Amino acid sequence: MSTATPVRPGTSPAAKLVSHVATARESGIVLALVLIIVVATLNNPTFLFSPDGFRDLLLTPSLLLLVAVGQAIVIITRNVDLSVGSVVGITAYLTGRLFIDVPGLPLVVVFLAGIVVGAILGLINGALVAYAKVPALVITLGTMYIYRGVNVAWAGSNRVNASDLPADFRGLGTGQILGIPILTILAVVVLIVAAWYLRNLRSGRELYAIGSDPAAAHLYGLKVNRRIIGAFVTSGALAGLAGVLYAARYGTVASNAGFGWELQAIGAAVIGGVAISGGVGTVWGAAIGAYLLLTINRALPILGIDDFWQRAVVGALILGAIVLDRVLAVRQSRKLTAERETGR
Amino acid sequence: MFAFTRKTRVGTAAAALALAVTLVATGCSGGSGGGSGSGGDGGNLAITFLPKNLGNPYFETSNKGGEEAIGEFGGTFEQVGPSEATPTSQVQYIQTAAQQGVGGLVISANDPSAICDALDEARSAGVKVVTFDSDTDAKCRDLFINQATAEGIAKVQVDLVAKQIGDAGQVAILSAAANATNQNAWIELMKKDFAANHPNIELVDVVYGDDDDQTSFDRTAALLQTYPNLKGIVSPTTVGIAAAGRYLSTSEYKGKVALTGLGTPNQLREYVQDGTITAFALWNPADLGYLSAYATKALIDGTITGKEGDSFEAGKLGSFTVGADATVLLGDPYVFDSSNIADFDF
Amino acid sequence: MTSTTVDERARTYRAHGRPFWRRALLTREAAIIGILLLVIVVSLATVRNFDSPLTVTYLLRDIAPILLIALPMTLIIITEEIDLSVASIVGLSSVTVGVLTQSGWPFELAALAAIVVGLVAGAINGFLVTVVGLPSLAVTIGTLALFRGIAVGLLGTEAVTEFPETWTDLAKANIPGTPLPLIMIPFVVLAIVFAVLLHLTPFGRSLYAIGLNKEAAQFSGIDVARTKFILFVLSGTVSGFAGVYFTLLYSNARGENAMGMELQIIAAVLLGGVSIFGGRGALHGVIAGVLLIGTLGSALRLAGVTSDIINVITGVLLVLSVVSASLLAWVQSRRAAALGKRRSARSSAPAATV
Repeated sequence: MSTATPVRPGTSPAAKLVSHVATARESGIVLALVLIIVVATLNNPTFLFSPDGFRDLLLTPSLLLLVAVGQAIVIITRNVDLSVGSVVGITAYLTGRLFIDVPGLPLVVVFLAGIVVGAILGLINGALVAYAKVPALVITLGTMYIYRGVNVAWAGSNRVNASDLPADFRGLGTGQILGIPILTILAVVVLIVAAWYLRNLRSGRELYAIGSDPAAAHLYGLKVNRRIIGAFVTSGALAGLAGVLYAARYGTVASNAGFGWELQAIGAAVIGGVAISGGVGTVWGAAIGAYLLLTINRALPILGIDDFWQRAVVGALILGAIVLDRVLAVRQSRKLTAERETGR
Repeated sequence: MFAFTRKTRVGTAAAALALAVTLVATGCSGGSGGGSGSGGDGGNLAITFLPKNLGNPYFETSNKGGEEAIGEFGGTFEQVGPSEATPTSQVQYIQTAAQQGVGGLVISANDPSAICDALDEARSAGVKVVTFDSDTDAKCRDLFINQATAEGIAKVQVDLVAKQIGDAGQVAILSAAANATNQNAWIELMKKDFAANHPNIELVDVVYGDDDDQTSFDRTAALLQTYPNLKGIVSPTTVGIAAAGRYLSTSEYKGKVALTGLGTPNQLREYVQDGTITAFALWNPADLGYLSAYATKALIDGTITGKEGDSFEAGKLGSFTVGADATVLLGDPYVFDSSNIADFDF
Repeated sequence: MTSTTVDERARTYRAHGRPFWRRALLTREAAIIGILLLVIVVSLATVRNFDSPLTVTYLLRDIAPILLIALPMTLIIITEEIDLSVASIVGLSSVTVGVLTQSGWPFELAALAAIVVGLVAGAINGFLVTVVGLPSLAVTIGTLALFRGIAVGLLGTEAVTEFPETWTDLAKANIPGTPLPLIMIPFVVLAIVFAVLLHLTPFGRSLYAIGLNKEAAQFSGIDVARTKFILFVLSGTVSGFAGVYFTLLYSNARGENAMGMELQIIAAVLLGGVSIFGGRGALHGVIAGVLLIGTLGSALRLAGVTSDIINVITGVLLVLSVVSASLLAWVQSRRAAALGKRRSARSSAPAATV
């Protein structure tokens, strides 16, 4: 007669996976996103079920997604990057200027130029934060002013008009593959690469360590400075890419492009589960947070609420997210303390 | 660390005192130098143009017209402006102009009354204040150069949209900033015109794009989504109509929703050519700037005082007479469509 | 026989004390005041029309809100917290004044209500930071969006521009006989109150203690939570008052009023020598910092420089000031290390010869 060892409920790998997914922060916001889309569509079917509606739903948040992913990487290391909006502005204008001043430039070169310029601007931030040991809040506050000022001084009152850009570049902004906008596909590809890097590569996981406890990471021998600089370079490069895509999407670039995007990106990341104190969160969360924020913006008028209230909703969501983070953190530490005590 | 000794406190007090003394000294010494600030009668032909915001092609054209005029009569031209079209940001530039003691300030107002106090302060510093394109309350400016009568501007747009949608259906208005004087004046008249002469046309919404390209773009998208039966959009702002045209020309509603309003030929040429826009209206902003500069010069050198009936010469545009409420009229709005749009470059 | 001579190697205060003039003048605050005086002198000499009385009037009128809010912000940053929502509270209070005045309330009551709204907003910040225990950076980013959103939501893109003339004239009037605007009187009173609070009361001392080491301060009997709560309430109230003044100054209540002002305030405070890490700073440096940024802006605008260059200069000043603080600290630590090495080499050398 065989005796099977009883299996405690909830410990099988499948059960663990299900519980992990169910309690993940990301699932919560995906649910909220789906809920908003459902309610808005019930009110007005063109929200989802018209070609324009579906396209705009996917397209508009793709730019913020890129910036939010970069921001999430920086926040995970316990820093912030307030200068991304200005970086988007500079690279968007740079894109326009390149097309106007150097006719016949291949698209790839322009993309590379935008990303490289963004990376350099991020490098300045990272170097100052890592080597001057000044809080990133202050440094990026200053560089935000500087980059925006340079942008406005360079652009003057000129603006890049849609007619100045080559048609195939603008086609990127509105074109679709199999019904999905090209920009969205680009953004999702970047998202997948970033998520894989953070989860599977050693240098990616070290970012979490640095964010959790910088002193311990340093004592452990991690190259903290290098990682922090890398995080800022990534954030800058992604913002640069977003700037190039901004020019493709909107066509017209004035000197106020990207204004205010840094706070939206931080909000998206925080709502998506990336804790401001670092060490926690995923870029998936930040991406879904970006989609949530901008979809709320479009859904509010459908629901009859003036979309002027969007910012208030975003603020309430951010506060709710950080309170939730705190509650979970307290519960987690209590659980760990209890485990430690019962082990004795 | 916390032991701030008596000496440190004394030091702090001394430093603060020195600071205060410096400030007061600056202010007091300024009193004797105040005479340099209030020039502006007779020969001071330094004129500053202050449009609603910079980076707006319409105002770039009007600034060029003003610059040409000022070059003709030998004054100095300066253009300043905020990057967002808000009255608060215009106040600082008005103050700077007053401090610099310019002869005349030509301004397109973002709000009829909010900048009044700043304008009055500038006038008491000797600056002649001329509004153009968008007026303020009559009591805080010396002259208003109007591009066309408000009734004429409203009527031409209403007529255009009525013709393009077959005089029946839903329309919406995409405006600029919610407080802009000229926008609100035209919208009021348009509403009256719709009610009186076009009973089958229903105005469903007025949205504000703040003269910002991206905002206008997004508002157009929202309009089309919220009102699936929309037949026409009227945008009495060149930034708004350009952004709406850009959105419409890549959307499924192109050709189905009529778009008209006030726009510049250069910005809208491609939308007229691809059929998104049938016809729109405007006047020549360069002429407006040109006329404003000459009117300011006439005020500065005393040729006119802003009284009704005063007349002055405005270079190549001929002579003009001041009308009621110290207003000078440029002319009538002009309709652009595919037949004549190639002839213009502004 | 007991020796009454002082042990040669004992370290006395006198050996480390520096003359008063060095202690007073070799500080960051003095450096900023010096730069301010330099800028004023250079502007007077080179910028046309800078010496007119209008300059002082316009300058002080425009930076008065920043001056006012920089006072409680200094206190908050000294305790190693931060309040990014001040500009949104200004906007919210401006909208409150506008909406209430428009619906018929007498202006005085509306202004009072707006200040109370600022107080409540500050209390919300304080509650979330002290009772719930959230980091102030995150909280104030959230309330920045929330308060601004409520302000914009209440008014949309409209603006209220009708206010009683007596009040708008009062906001713009000068102290009779001088080019100083009337708002300087409440500002000077508040500055004195805050200076006394910070430098001459135990409450103020406790702020430095909290900024330097929160846990030690808590254990030494300072009620850290209550102190921080009071600071945020102060910040909210002063922002509310600044909002009322802002509205009257521009005769304009809009949801977007004062957008971005929090960054100017923080830049000025940090420029004025307050350390972002807490525990260090003084009001005279902050006031000089605000005046420096204002004077630079005013002089550059008069000289025809566009406002974006002014922003670039503000940003560069901010970055330089914090990087220089780090640089100074690094240099000092290197010097102390070198000194220590030399001293230990000296003290081990005679021991070796014994």
